[in-house]
Amino acid sequence: MNNITFRLAWRNLWRRKRRTWLTVGAMVFSNILLVFMISLQIGMYGMMINNTLRAQTGHLQVQAPGYKDDHKMRQVVPDVKRLAAELRQGLSTDEVAARASAFALVSSADRSYGLLITGVEPDFEARVSSLPGLIKDGRFLDDPMAEEIVIGRVLARNLQVGVGDELTFIGSGRDGSFAAAVVEIVGIFESGMPEMDRSFAEVPLDFFQDAFAMEGAGHAVAIMAPGLIQVGPTRTRVEALLPEGAELVVHDWDALLPGLKQAIQADFTSAWFMYGILIVLVAFSVLNTQLMSVLERTKEFGIVMSLGVTPGRLGRLVLLETTLMGTLGLVLGALLGGALVAWLGYHGFSYPGMEEMAGKFNLPSRIYPPVTLIGLFFGPTIILISSVVASLYPAIRLRWLEPVAAMRTA
Amino acid sequence: MMGGLMIVFRLAWRNLWRNHRRTLIMLAAIVVGTWAMIFMTALMRGMVDDMVKDGVTVLPGHVQIHHPAFRDDPTIANVMTPPSAALLEALDRPEVVAWATRVRVPAVISSESDTAGVTLVGIEPERERDISFVADDLADGRYLESRDDRGLIVGRKLIDTLETGLGKRVVIMSQDRDNEIADRGFRIVGIFDSKLQQYEEGYVFAGEGAIQELLGVGDAISEVAILGHDYRNVEGLHRMIAEAAGPDLEVLAWHELDSYLGSMLAVMDGFVVVWIVVVFLALSFGLVNTLVMAVFERVREIGLMLALGMTPRSILSQILAESILLLVIGLAIGNLAAWASIEPLKDGIDVSIVGEGMEYFGSAAVVYPALYLSDVILANVVVIVLGFFASLSPAWRASRYDPVRAITKV
Repeated sequence: MNNITFRLAWRNLWRRKRRTWLTVGAMVFSNILLVFMISLQIGMYGMMINNTLRAQTGHLQVQAPGYKDDHKMRQVVPDVKRLAAELRQGLSTDEVAARASAFALVSSADRSYGLLITGVEPDFEARVSSLPGLIKDGRFLDDPMAEEIVIGRVLARNLQVGVGDELTFIGSGRDGSFAAAVVEIVGIFESGMPEMDRSFAEVPLDFFQDAFAMEGAGHAVAIMAPGLIQVGPTRTRVEALLPEGAELVVHDWDALLPGLKQAIQADFTSAWFMYGILIVLVAFSVLNTQLMSVLERTKEFGIVMSLGVTPGRLGRLVLLETTLMGTLGLVLGALLGGALVAWLGYHGFSYPGMEEMAGKFNLPSRIYPPVTLIGLFFGPTIILISSVVASLYPAIRLRWLEPVAAMRTA
Repeated sequence: MMGGLMIVFRLAWRNLWRNHRRTLIMLAAIVVGTWAMIFMTALMRGMVDDMVKDGVTVLPGHVQIHHPAFRDDPTIANVMTPPSAALLEALDRPEVVAWATRVRVPAVISSESDTAGVTLVGIEPERERDISFVADDLADGRYLESRDDRGLIVGRKLIDTLETGLGKRVVIMSQDRDNEIADRGFRIVGIFDSKLQQYEEGYVFAGEGAIQELLGVGDAISEVAILGHDYRNVEGLHRMIAEAAGPDLEVLAWHELDSYLGSMLAVMDGFVVVWIVVVFLALSFGLVNTLVMAVFERVREIGLMLALGMTPRSILSQILAESILLLVIGLAIGNLAAWASIEPLKDGIDVSIVGEGMEYFGSAAVVYPALYLSDVILANVVVIVLGFFASLSPAWRASRYDPVRAITKV
C-alpha cells in the first residue's frame, strides 16, 4: 500500500523533470551554502575557544572571590601550589597549574614598559597553556626558583633585547611593599596575538612568590577539562575537592572571558538570520512548485477521489513528493557541500582581510573547516523540514476539493 | 514602437494575474529576498561604520604624522619637532578640518592600592576637542584647561581598578629622554566613559606641556593627528600632508594605522556583494521555475500566436516583460519594506546582551543601521540584470516552439 504511494510520488516528480530539478536545485544550492557555512562556524568557534583558552585562562580557574573582576594583588589563593597538587591528585590529571600575576614596570638598558608578569609552575604550565610551545627563541622556564623570564616577541623588540639579556622589574608586592628583581631572558614566544606578544611575560612561580612577597599564595589555579563538554562535571569535582572552609570560587571559561562567548553568540545570531532567509526562500520555491503541481492535477485528483481515494491519502502523496525532493536535495547538498568542506579542510579557507580579523580572535589566517555530521546534515535537514512544512498548504487544500467540480476543470 | 511596448507590458500584466497564486508566491519570495538584502546590508554597514568612526575618533584622526620609528617603538625616544612652517601652511588649508599634536608614551599609573599600565597621552586641549572623543565623553569633573594643565583625565574603568576617584592623586611613571624613570604625582580632574571598555582601561590624558616637562623633551611631540572631511576618502589629504611633511616623517592614513579597521571596510564591501548575489541565486531558482511553468501551461497559446504571425522575437520579449514586471513589483515592495523596517531602528538597536562580545569585534553595544544608496542600487541592479539573464532561457525556449506542434499539444 505504502509502496504504491511511494511509487506514485516518485513518478509524479519526474512528470515535470525541469520543474523538479529546479526546485531540487534551489535546495542543493542552499544546502551546499549551509553545509559550508556551518562547518566553517564549527571550525572557527572551536578554534576561537580552544586557542583563547589555551593561551589565556584554561577551562576553569580557582580564584579568590572578587579576583575575576578586580584583579587585586591581595585577593589571593593561599598556599596555591599545595592546592594545585591536591587538585592534580583528586582529578588524576596533570592539566592543573598554579599561577600568580602582578603588574610591573619592566626595564631593559634603554627602554621601560609596564606589563603583566605571571608566575607559573614550569613543570605544569605546558599542560594547561599553549604558551610554552610557542617559544621561538631560547627555551621555556625549567627551574621553579630561577631568576628567569620569558617574554613576547613584540615586547622583546620594543625593549630592544634578546635571549640572554637582563631585565629589571619594579612593582609592588602583596603587602604593598616595594618589589624589584633582575631576571635573565631565557625565551621569547610568538603567539601571533599582538596584544599578548606585547604585554605578557612569565617567570617561575617560586621566584615570583619571593619577589612579590606572596608568602606562598597565588592568584589562580588553571585547570583544563578533558574537553569543552566536560567543563561542567569537572567544575563540580573541583568544587568538591576545595579545602573545607576555604574562601575560594571556581569560574568556568565563559565567566572568565564573557566576551568570547558573546562574540560567538553575536556571530551566530547574524549567521542564523542569513540562513533563515535562505531557508525561507527555498520554502517559497517549494511551495510554488507543489501548489502548481497540485493545481495542474486538479482533474486527476478529482477522478481518483471519486474512485474512493481519501483526500488524506492524496495529501500524504503530496507531502511524500516533497519529502522525496527534499531528500534528494539533502543527499546531493550534503555530498557536494561535504566535498567542498573536505577540500577546504585540506587546502584551508581564507578571504581578503581575514588575516587582520583572525589575529583579533586568536585564529590562524587560514581556516581548515572539519567535516562533521552536524555540519553536513544540520542545515540540509532544516531545509528538508521547512520544505515539507511549506507543502502542507497545497496538501491540506486537497481536503476542500470537490471531486465533481474538480473533474470538470479543463 | 511605444505603443507596441505598451501592449507587451499590458499583456504581461494580465498574464501575471492569470495565475495569481503563483505570482503572489513568487512576489513574496522576491520581496523577502530584497528586504533581506537591504536590511542585512544596512545592519552590517552600520556596525562597521560605527567601528571605524569610533576607531578614528579614539586615536588616529584620519591621517597621522610620526617619527618613522615611532609606530614600531612608541616611546619618547622617537619624537619629532613641532610642525614646520611648510606643514603648518598645509594644515591651514580647507581640506583639514582640525589637527592637534600629541605626546604619547607608555606609562605606569599607581594609586595607593594598585598599579596599571596605560598609554599616557599629552594633548592640546582646545585642538584635541575637535578630533578625539575625550572632551565629548567626559562624564565627571572638568576637561583640561590648557596644554600646561597638570590635571589628569582617566577612564571610569581604570578609576575602579585603581580604587581612586575624582580629586585624588595618582603617580605616573614613564621613561624620559635619558632612559631614566620619570615620575610625578597628578591629580585626577576628569573621568570619561567610553563606548569601549578597552579605552577606559588603556588611556589617560594630560596636558601636552606638562608631559613634555615631565619627560624632559622640550617642545618635541610624538604625533600630529589630522582630521579631514570624510574618512572614506583620505587619499587626497594623505598626499597633501605627506608632501608638506617631507621625507623624514612618516605620514599614514587611519587604515594603515589600524589594519583591522582598514580591512573591515574592504571586507564589508565584499560581504555586501556576496550576500546580495547569494540571495539572488536562491531566488533565481524559483524565478526560473515560475517562468518555465508559465510558459509551459501556455504552449498552445504561444503556438497560436506564432501561427498568427507573431515573430519569435516578440514572444521572447513578451516572456521577458513578464519576468521584468514581476521583478520590478517585487523590488518596489521589497525596497519599501526594507526602508520601513530600518526607519524605526534609526535610533539604534540595543545589542548589549552580547555587548562584551561586540567589543571583541571592536563594535559598541548599540548598532545603528546605515542605509547606503549605493547598496540599495546595487541590490536592485543585481536583481534586475541577473533576473533578466535567468529569464532568457525559458523565454528563448518559448520563442523557438514549432507552431504546428505547439498548437496540437494536449
